[in-house]
Amino acid sequence: MRLWLNKQRNLLDFSLSSLSRRRGKTLGMLAVYTSIVFLLASVMLFSHAIRREAATVLAKSPEVLVQRMVAGRHDLIPARHLDAIKGIRGVQSAEGRLWGYLFDPAAVANYTLMVPTNPRIEPGKVVIGDGVVRARSADPGDLMSFRAHDGSLVQFKVDHTISRDSALVSADLFLVAEEDFRRLFGIAPGLFTDLAVSVRNPREVIKIAEKIDAALPDTRIILRDEILRTYESVFDWREGMLLVLLAGSILAFAIFSWEKASGLSAEERREIGILKAVGWETGDVIRLKMLEGLVVSLSAFLVGYLLAYAHVFHFGAGLFEPVLKGWAVLYPKYKLTPFVDELQVATLFFFTVFPYTIATVVPIWRAAIVDPDTVMR
Amino acid sequence: MIHLSDVRKAFNQGKANEFWALKGIDLSVPAGKVTVFRGPSGSGKTTLLTLVGCLARPTSGRVRLKDRDISGLPERFLTDIRRSTFGFVFQQFNLLKGISALENVMIPAYPLGHDRKDLSRRAHGLMESLDIGAKAQSMAEWLSGGEAQRVAIARALINDPEVVIADEPTANLDSERSRQFLGIVETLKASGKTVLMTSHDPLVCDTAVVDHVVTLHDGQLVDSGA
Ligand SMILES: Nc1ncnc2c1ncn2[C@@H]1O[C@H](COP(=O)(O)OP(=O)(O)O)[C@@H](O)[C@H]1O
Ligand SMILES: [Mg+2]
Repeated sequence: MRLWLNKQRNLLDFSLSSLSRRRGKTLGMLAVYTSIVFLLASVMLFSHAIRREAATVLAKSPEVLVQRMVAGRHDLIPARHLDAIKGIRGVQSAEGRLWGYLFDPAAVANYTLMVPTNPRIEPGKVVIGDGVVRARSADPGDLMSFRAHDGSLVQFKVDHTISRDSALVSADLFLVAEEDFRRLFGIAPGLFTDLAVSVRNPREVIKIAEKIDAALPDTRIILRDEILRTYESVFDWREGMLLVLLAGSILAFAIFSWEKASGLSAEERREIGILKAVGWETGDVIRLKMLEGLVVSLSAFLVGYLLAYAHVFHFGAGLFEPVLKGWAVLYPKYKLTPFVDELQVATLFFFTVFPYTIATVVPIWRAAIVDPDTVMR
Repeated sequence: MIHLSDVRKAFNQGKANEFWALKGIDLSVPAGKVTVFRGPSGSGKTTLLTLVGCLARPTSGRVRLKDRDISGLPERFLTDIRRSTFGFVFQQFNLLKGISALENVMIPAYPLGHDRKDLSRRAHGLMESLDIGAKAQSMAEWLSGGEAQRVAIARALINDPEVVIADEPTANLDSERSRQFLGIVETLKASGKTVLMTSHDPLVCDTAVVDHVVTLHDGQLVDSGA
């Protein structure tokens, strides 16, 4: 056992000095390898974290939404529908929501306007998201004015800004009082954008949705679970696109590493011959090369993964923000909650460390079974 | 200690360029003595060394090491025998570039799993005794021919083999270094090692330390004995 340990240690020491002997090749491999792991791990960490984020945000949104449809288009819904819904058994509460989009010519950006009910915003005040703050460089106390539907000027005083932790959805938020919202768009009292319904027993959601549908034939009913699925598929699609792009680079990497790792130089072949001639077994030579491959791929994996972690969770995934995020015009700038999935790490590990180590060993195998007497020539 | 009977070696057997480098060699190499294979270039000296040293197997015939027939053994066992019985000093020395002389000396012992400190001490000792202790940390490629050869000798001795095999040991040395080398051979012999070398250098063949000279010509023995 001691002998065995010593032997592995000696081999490891020697493989390290072998690697430093071929410094150029080793560093080149490390650089390429690390950047591939970095890219892959970044996509994985980022999309995973962002999906969790979206799920948490949506968890706070209502379970059932009721919209009025007129001629196949989403229209304002009258408040009297609320009474009909509240009358349905199993409905816990229902309230009208007011929201929409506002184009700000000064910033050339769209804001998401909402009227929160708890807590309410005072008339003439506005609470803005992080993205709006940046787009307008607005601070609390500043004034912002917009043209209402009839051309009159509506002015808002910035009350405060929304904290960054859920910025994914709130970056472009613009929260106003009900009166101001109605004045901006000329929406009569008694009309809402849609109705939010909460249900006493989550298992009854579908049944209640059917009842609402029957009672109010001019409406469309949207379930939170469906929205969640839509978001998921949007992210899946974006992630898929990125992965396709990455697949190309991975293929290039595979070819490159095969070429680099498997192409035994005459020098290396000679060295293997020498090792065998001085009494190394074929197995020892293969073990040595495997250790070399492992040292390279493991350190590349660790460094690449750590860099990706820092990139995604400390530097806001700057590299893919434009691709993966962005159903809002204003990109949220914020820190994702760090989250690491073991299965993901294992998958990445398997698909990077394993192939490279194999790629280094295969040609060695061929060389190592060559007769050692060649070094006498 | 090593006996060859009717040993033949063919290269590229069965192909158009088939070449018989050895054509029936009967030979005994006594233990504790110095034996030299002499002959013109291409006569098969190196090939004979590879067969004796278990680096290659004969095409036909038998090679016996201490009454054990080793000509038919699989590669694994040959490696074992090679490592424990033979130390090689190659014609081109074949040191690994980019690592220190000391590490070069230690390489053959790595797979044996010795403690690294002991091993390093032993390697230092060997290098001291060969007068190259000061070169231990030098990179192999910076050594002069004579130094490189002595590092190669130290490497050959690290596993304490019974037989030291040297192919054309004086071919790359001037006469002064050649004499130094023969001095080393003398100490090896004095310490009980069997030494086997090839050479066509009269300086080597006519030295007192050499016990046997075996002359080869065209893959056949011309004359055996001192
Ligand atoms: N691997 C090989 N393939 C083909 N021919 C070889 C090979 N090795 C040696 N030979 C031939 O065998 C002959 C003997 O070679 P060698 O034993 O190296 O001679 P020496 O060491 O006496 O100069 C030479 O003619 C050489 O060309
Ligand atoms: Mg020769």
